[in-house]
Amino acid sequence: MSAFTSKFADELIANAAYIGTPGKGILAADESTGTIGKRLASINVENVETNRRNLRELLFTAPGALPCLSGVILFEETLYQKSSDGKLFVDILKEGGVLPGIKVDKGTVELAGTNGETTTQGLDGLGDRCKKYYEAGARFAKWRAVLKIGENEPSELSIHENAYGLARYAVICQENGLVPIVEPEILVDGSHDIQKCAAVTERVLAACYKALSDHHVLLEGTLLKPNMVTPGSDSPKVSPEVIAEHTVRALQRTVPAAVPAIVFLSGGQSEEEATRNLNAMNQLKTKKPWSLSFSFGRALQQSTLKTWAGKEENVKAAQEALYVRCKANSEATLGTYKGDAKLGDGAAESLHVKDYKY
Amino acid sequence: MSAFVGKYADELIKTAKYIATPGKGILAADESTGTIGKRFASINVENIESNRQALRELLFTSPGTFPCLSGVILFEETLYQKTSEGKPFVDLLMENGVIPGIKVDKGVVDLAGTNGETTTQGLDSLGTRCQEYYKAGARFAKWRAVLKIGDTEPSELSIQENAKGLARYAIICQENGLVPIVEPEILTDGSHDIKQCAAVTETVLAAVYKALNEHHVLLEGTLLKPNMVTPGSDSPKVTPEVIADYTVTALRRTVPPAVPGIVFLSGGQSEEEATLNLNAMNKLDVLKPWTLTFSFGRALQQSTLKAWAGKTENVAKAQATFLTRCKANSDATLGKYTGGASGDSAASESLYVKGYKY
Repeated sequence: MSAFTSKFADELIANAAYIGTPGKGILAADESTGTIGKRLASINVENVETNRRNLRELLFTAPGALPCLSGVILFEETLYQKSSDGKLFVDILKEGGVLPGIKVDKGTVELAGTNGETTTQGLDGLGDRCKKYYEAGARFAKWRAVLKIGENEPSELSIHENAYGLARYAVICQENGLVPIVEPEILVDGSHDIQKCAAVTERVLAACYKALSDHHVLLEGTLLKPNMVTPGSDSPKVSPEVIAEHTVRALQRTVPAAVPAIVFLSGGQSEEEATRNLNAMNQLKTKKPWSLSFSFGRALQQSTLKTWAGKEENVKAAQEALYVRCKANSEATLGTYKGDAKLGDGAAESLHVKDYKY
Repeated sequence: MSAFVGKYADELIKTAKYIATPGKGILAADESTGTIGKRFASINVENIESNRQALRELLFTSPGTFPCLSGVILFEETLYQKTSEGKPFVDLLMENGVIPGIKVDKGVVDLAGTNGETTTQGLDSLGTRCQEYYKAGARFAKWRAVLKIGDTEPSELSIQENAKGLARYAIICQENGLVPIVEPEILTDGSHDIKQCAAVTETVLAAVYKALNEHHVLLEGTLLKPNMVTPGSDSPKVTPEVIADYTVTALRRTVPPAVPGIVFLSGGQSEEEATLNLNAMNKLDVLKPWTLTFSFGRALQQSTLKAWAGKTENVAKAQATFLTRCKANSDATLGKYTGGASGDSAASESLYVKGYKY
């Protein structure tokens, strides 16, 4: 057979299509304990379970936010947490029409003999873990592969390892009822121009889809989470229209129409940049057989975090800030964002951290 | 870079798009001297140059057929032939909005150590030959790779060799101004079911597009000529709707949206079958980011050949028959064909020849 026919096939297809609903997108709230610690540190908040829980409750109960979302990616701890009322987060999300997702990779490790390139681990026992996550209410998963651009990078080894790791992860998810988000992030670090980023993105995505085909992955039951095609972080910026053109062209050349939706990562872009770029893509008049939406972490939460600063009295304002970004991105998926979102504190702030490690 | 953007890039994109115009398709009239000899033998016509010229003149001067065609594939001899009035065939075609194409492969040879699998030759001096063909008026090319389905076929070797051969041919064409039609034909021979054909087609097409990416082929300046997805020749037939469903699903899973058009080969299908299947695909209510049209040889010429039988007095009748098939297929590209185009029994005759060799 070509695509593997899982007993979950119909459900996978329906869930993947739902996540791609125009007007909706994904909130990536799956920061590991270590990573969320860095975020909390930046607002002088202690990295303890209650604070991590408080933050997520703030996000998931923000008025008006859930209708802009089709999914939220969670870290394992959060999958089992409850609101202060004692309600499971997964239930709050489901009742709000939002599918819970789960980060399943276990971070990156270096590839010996390369110039700092990595592969992603997490395949051991993945099937059993997926089953448990499904029982807990998760319906999609995420696995982040990381590549970089350099003189000799990405190497053929790095491309192959990451593509085939993603493919193996994807089919294991589908065997266990979770829609796999396939995320081959090419870091923005570097002084390369946008053409170079486009060339590398096309090469990497072609390798991913060959690997997915080899592993019998059902494309209709997957999502893609790629980087946008942009100049390197040390290069001059370009307009959203230029980013949109290069990005959509790269996708047209590599992503089969069977994939229902593409949910972009924001990388180091500011909240406003990420929204404008997504908006420009959806305004582009060209062939786009998949919907183009968002799966933003920092680019949805930055202002919210700053506004909250860990204080109970700031929760309402912080939730308002989240709503502003959710609404802006919801409009961007329809190409109707007018750039008039009330810019929260830090909304225009670049979120680029050189050689960013989760 | 990813896609090679040579001096012909804009022209290639424009030509490929034109060939894919809805309502039009390709007449494959590129039978080699040996192959056309077999056709002639079936109607008791001597295989000499003047007869070969007469047949092609009959086809290219058929009233009313030009609007149904965007291209005609020629054999090398025909590229340099003229009408009885002394007009070069290529000029006649170009003046009437039909782009001349040229078969550039040199047939198949066996792959040692396999069970009768083959690879296609023709790469030697291909660049130089393409330049000459371009000067003579050709603007697209065709190269036929052949695979088969069996217990252990197609083998990984066969898939890789044929995919890479197609990619190498494609880039050489683009360097020299010709739009490459990429044809990975999977023969219908066998007792496999339609699911098996679908699986093999998806695997082969995934390999083809990976190879095209590796060779920096500009997808926007190419066309795909695949087999339709059908049961094997020794298996029970299915309806056009079933064929349409499996075929379009396979293409949606493998052919990037950047490809402007898919021009099906007819294989051993009868004229009527091929038209009905193409029609069903275009009626299918699913997103198709490329146009679906025809590149038929036997399925456009069979009845016409029989009606002609090599006799001048039959030319008008033969041309009327040819017009009927052209119109039927033109309608099929728009999903408007209502069936029963020709009262001629030849239209329903299967054109299947076991182990068919050009």
